[in-house]
Amino acid sequence: METMNEIKRDTLLALLNAGKRADNRGMFDYREISIQSAPLQNPDGSSLVSIGKSQVMAGVKFDIATPFADRPQEGVLSTSADLLPLASHLFETGPPSDESIELARVVDRGIRSANTIDLKSFFLTEGKVLALYIDIFVLDHDGNLIDASSLAAMSALLSCRMPKIEDGKIIRGEFSGKLPVGEKVVTCTFGKSGSKMFLDPSLDEEKGMDCRLTLATTSKHICAGQKGGWGSLSEKDLMELSDISMRKGSELRALLSD
Amino acid sequence: MGGPTENSPQLIVGGKRIDGRGMDDLRPIKIVARVLNDADGSAYIEWGKNKILAGVYGPSECIPRHDQSLYRAIVKCRYNMAPFSGAEEHGRSGPNRRSKELSKVMREAFENVIISENYPKTQIEIYVEILQSDGGTRCAALTAAAVALADAGIPMKDMLCAVAVCKIGGKMAVDPGKEEDNFGESDMPIAFSPRNGEIQLFQMDGLLTQDELQQGFALAKAASAKIRAIQVEAIRKVYEEPKNERFLLIK
Repeated sequence: METMNEIKRDTLLALLNAGKRADNRGMFDYREISIQSAPLQNPDGSSLVSIGKSQVMAGVKFDIATPFADRPQEGVLSTSADLLPLASHLFETGPPSDESIELARVVDRGIRSANTIDLKSFFLTEGKVLALYIDIFVLDHDGNLIDASSLAAMSALLSCRMPKIEDGKIIRGEFSGKLPVGEKVVTCTFGKSGSKMFLDPSLDEEKGMDCRLTLATTSKHICAGQKGGWGSLSEKDLMELSDISMRKGSELRALLSD
Repeated sequence: MGGPTENSPQLIVGGKRIDGRGMDDLRPIKIVARVLNDADGSAYIEWGKNKILAGVYGPSECIPRHDQSLYRAIVKCRYNMAPFSGAEEHGRSGPNRRSKELSKVMREAFENVIISENYPKTQIEIYVEILQSDGGTRCAALTAAAVALADAGIPMKDMLCAVAVCKIGGKMAVDPGKEEDNFGESDMPIAFSPRNGEIQLFQMDGLLTQDELQQGFALAKAASAKIRAIQVEAIRKVYEEPKNERFLLIK
């Protein structure tokens, strides 16, 4: 957890304890969310998402690859996340940080578990499959990067076109329809401070809170989860948050156009 | 730049360039300053199909401390290409030899215009992210970074701007696009400090006669005046239409 000014932390935590938030929203409200679909032309799919002042871009691109030895009939899905140094004074240049790897893996797990992408359809010939790369670029950091990134990834997938393939090669710039996308996966990330729980923590709230819980959902299932931070959760907390994440998840899915 | 090959496309047809431009025409350029919330200064540029984001931090405490100078702010610069930025295959993330070289020449250009002696023991960080590339990314990146520095309020002797010139079909032309860059006979990116007309960044490859060098320089210089006007306008807009929420909008 990042350090923060003591006075600021005490004020924020006192507010949360009283069931209030610094920006006046409810405990289980999101900040304003905006989704721009396909802002880029070079990737096969792309999107730019903001939640409050956090801004995240996702680019999706196909390549030809060799399948994994244990799954020779399946394509490859790879998700990476870059916490760009221009996004926050907290981010540094250098090899991927623990945070960026966790971010990419949580987003990846949701999409993978829900079979959003049918990897079997990426099979080309023996030893040759399509690989789909999802790259998450964090441009501006004001908290809750997981939800912004999963929205960006999902929205980029929904905008993604299938490449045209001839003689086992991708013809760049030509397409054969849209990428078939199954269940839309969205994540809801909660913070817990003392006994109070809240949705969509801002950066200041993230710095002060005890722990974090992310739940990824489809319309029917919970499909991935991740707890972070030092604090703990009870079974009751988990059940309450799963309930809210199913409800809020459907609101998020409604923002994602096909 | 690959230089001409047997399969090179015809780069000049009927006196026009591959995208219909004349020899001294720039691609459309749009700059929006102050698009990021946490960075001290930021700018987004669309230059043809190039889409580039620049962010600046500083002057701030120099980390690691052994990098610091007692006499001036040190300048750090990172040019980085998104793995999805190109029209071809998926790239690798992280620095490579090309991006390290470009970061170095950009840093040196800015070191010469930033009034760094005002801020001893600090660092000024310049980050540019190539979100979409279409030839001429270093010039567009440097042009955007200069606006981001101005937006951050960092004192500079001048606001740099950059443009490349190329030789295609035996003629000099300004602002090569991707094909012209790949198959042209020469490529020469130049950054100017427009107030005194000095060259702050210079690179060149391919073959040119001295005459062509001079012609190319004149073309670049004329184009740099147009680019500077767009930069100044972007900074003016920040103060004419102040906004609380900073927001990147890509149409």
